[in-house]
Amino acid sequence: MLRKIVFSVNGSRVVFAGNPLTRLIDVLRDELKLTGVKEGCGEGECGACSIIKDGKLVTSCIIPVGACEGSEIYTIEGIRDTEKGKCLIDAFRDGGAVQCGFCIPGMVMAAYALLSVNPNPDENAIRMAISGNICRCTGYDMIVDSIRLAAERGGDLWQ
Amino acid sequence: MPINCIDDRVVRVDAEAKARGEAMYASDYSFPDMLYARMIRSDIPRGTIDSISVPQLPEGYYFISAKDIPEGGKNELWMIAKDWRCFADGDVRYVGETIGLLVGPDRNMLDYLASNVRISYTEQEPAVTIDDALALKGGPIVGEDNVLCSLFCEKGEKMQSIMDGADSVFTETLETGFQEHVHLETNGAVITMEDGKYVLYISAQCPFYVRKSIAGLLGLQPEDIIIRQTTTGGAFGGKEHFPDVLAGPLLVAESIIQKPIKLIFTREEDMLYSVKRHPSKTIFRTALDKEGNILGIDGTIYYNCGAYLSASYVVLQRGVFHANGVYDFPATYLKGVGVATNTFPSDAFRGFGAPQTLFAIETHLDHIARKFGFDPAEYKARYFIKKGGETVTNGHIVEDVKLPEMMKKIADASDYFRKAKEYAIGSGKGIGMSFYNHGGAFTGNGEQAIIKAHARLVKTGDRVRIEVGSTEMGQGFQTALRKIVANALKIDMEQVDYDNPDTSLVPDSGPTAASRSTMIVGKIAEDCALEMKERWNEGDFSVEKEYQHPDGHPWDQSTFRGDAYLGYGWGAACVEVEVDKLTNEVRTTGIWTCHEIGHAIDELIVHGQVNGGVIQSLGYASMEKMENRNGHFRQSSMSDYVIPTSMDFPRQEWFLEDNPYQWGPQGAKGMGELVFNGADAAYVDAVERALGITVTKIPIPPEDIEEALENA
Repeated sequence: MLRKIVFSVNGSRVVFAGNPLTRLIDVLRDELKLTGVKEGCGEGECGACSIIKDGKLVTSCIIPVGACEGSEIYTIEGIRDTEKGKCLIDAFRDGGAVQCGFCIPGMVMAAYALLSVNPNPDENAIRMAISGNICRCTGYDMIVDSIRLAAERGGDLWQ
Repeated sequence: MPINCIDDRVVRVDAEAKARGEAMYASDYSFPDMLYARMIRSDIPRGTIDSISVPQLPEGYYFISAKDIPEGGKNELWMIAKDWRCFADGDVRYVGETIGLLVGPDRNMLDYLASNVRISYTEQEPAVTIDDALALKGGPIVGEDNVLCSLFCEKGEKMQSIMDGADSVFTETLETGFQEHVHLETNGAVITMEDGKYVLYISAQCPFYVRKSIAGLLGLQPEDIIIRQTTTGGAFGGKEHFPDVLAGPLLVAESIIQKPIKLIFTREEDMLYSVKRHPSKTIFRTALDKEGNILGIDGTIYYNCGAYLSASYVVLQRGVFHANGVYDFPATYLKGVGVATNTFPSDAFRGFGAPQTLFAIETHLDHIARKFGFDPAEYKARYFIKKGGETVTNGHIVEDVKLPEMMKKIADASDYFRKAKEYAIGSGKGIGMSFYNHGGAFTGNGEQAIIKAHARLVKTGDRVRIEVGSTEMGQGFQTALRKIVANALKIDMEQVDYDNPDTSLVPDSGPTAASRSTMIVGKIAEDCALEMKERWNEGDFSVEKEYQHPDGHPWDQSTFRGDAYLGYGWGAACVEVEVDKLTNEVRTTGIWTCHEIGHAIDELIVHGQVNGGVIQSLGYASMEKMENRNGHFRQSSMSDYVIPTSMDFPRQEWFLEDNPYQWGPQGAKGMGELVFNGADAAYVDAVERALGITVTKIPIPPEDIEEALENA
């Protein structure tokens, strides 16, 4: 009998009883219907499936669910209605960061992870923080500006 | 607040749903009892199929192939021609050609079954490169000469007499490689039946193309199939015709299985088994006088089309018609040849044939300028075409050409002339400049003769619904079109709706391609809105209009003479680099561009298009290397086919040159492709100057720079 894997996703307890080698992204998308987590490459290169696991930004396509025992996981669905999440999403909208949008939920997660540790990043720090998130549409400038905008607008929110 | 001025900055209507992760892309759809599909493909580039052995299929699993096309159906996808088969049958012509579709409920089981399908072939020698095709390696693939399509156009005095009278003739061969679209969302579709009709949910640019292309497989009419575009995660031309290649097999499978079936490509499949930008080889012979003045240019342009025609003939035409760049040379003779090879068919990619020849002419002119001791940008500026100037197709430029003003803007911003003098050739620092254009909308009289686009507005109470077949794929059209319509109606944008198209509900507005949506469909919708405004108090009604071709613009498609385009977008780019002479790593230190796109509809959208297009072009020049060895692509993932990250290029400085276009909505022209067309050449110019090398081929990653240095 398979051992159960227990972890939390967006604050809710999840008990997974299948193959521990199942990719975390498949559990999130197929079983929990968290389709804001996007699959762009399946090898941890593009960042579209970025989530926050135990406070760290990770790509959910290369993590087996077996490695999530006891973890606290947040996806875009878990942050989009929080004050911080709304601040980021509004800034992405107002700053013109969104084109095709496929990389954006992952990009928002990367920005969230950055501002959580560095509330006032300069351009270079922002570029570094999103360098694992590939965008084919924007050329990045407006994403960088939008993250700066979220930092400025959010102010104390990120402290 | 109503939009009273097109210049009011608005936010994109789709931004929030996308950023919140709520937008539904193809892979996000699921239906009860849905099955999954895996494509079975050819793993050799050329040969005959001796046998296909499929493992014993568990109950509920299917293997669909050419044998399943019903009587009355034809095994062909109708793109522009009908040569691309839905399923390979008897022989295969490229690696990745569809042979069959495995369908069933469990994806792991499908993977297991797929890895146990055995196909045996009698292999033939493939032709992979343009040179292979011209040498008829392995025997011709099409006809007797491997030529899929060709054309020529001629301007000025006869080329032979110009060559005879020249002081010198400078001959050069310039090449460009494959480029992969890498839209972040891979290709995907779900097919189902609703009320007895086939319904496809698909990531696609051109829903009406899809139904036309696949209906014949079952002997149906296009109207018998409903195409619903799903939120499309980037396309860039890669989802213009290619979705047909997924939709066709799915339709045949659905006709037998009658359950929802989902087919989503992995990134590896999308890299290895999807269309690419045409590799090209351009041979210029340029007649010069003693002072280095150009007397005439003879150009032969080869495009590698792959195994099937798809859109290649139209791509080739655009390549030929842009091969003179933005210049008015006294005489040109330009010949284009599209050759068949045993590679995955090449197809549409932002720029649609123009980037290849624009790179070639810009780089060729830079080389001539340096040979005669001129500054390349100043030398090129001598030949800027002007209003009334004759094009290579004996048509005329009907708009003011603002290139001198544009050049000044970027030269001032970048301090080009000081740096160009100061940075010695080979010093490790370089700055380069390029100029480019893009003909708006379909080539020649295509809009009038072939497309005949329609748009419709429907008024219900105080709300107006836009009904067009045009798609949002990231470029911002859902926002731009709402803005155009709201502005013409003088109502709030919030009162205007525009959903992803469903072919059973909206008229055919032509493909979302060729930078034509704003310029052509936007104009028809604006005309509808102006009539609706006049009749606003009539209650609920709709207004539908067909495209009206502006007067003038003569064109003869049989001889390729006349105005090839209704108008052009224009561009100028400047790129500055520093090269580490030990590692040959190039660091781009500045990017300046100026574009003339008529009058911009929305600054935020235009800014995003400029930034994104320029970075794609710089990726094309510098790092995006897709190699094909013996018919197999060597790069299969995002770790070996590298596209730009946020760290690779610096912030861009960008300018627009306002020049309202008479026939566009609120003065707008097309722009989506223009912004891809030229930064590559400026980058190459800068790298050449920094290292004192001559580059004749892109991309030029560090390992290729090493080679160029050895040859220098």
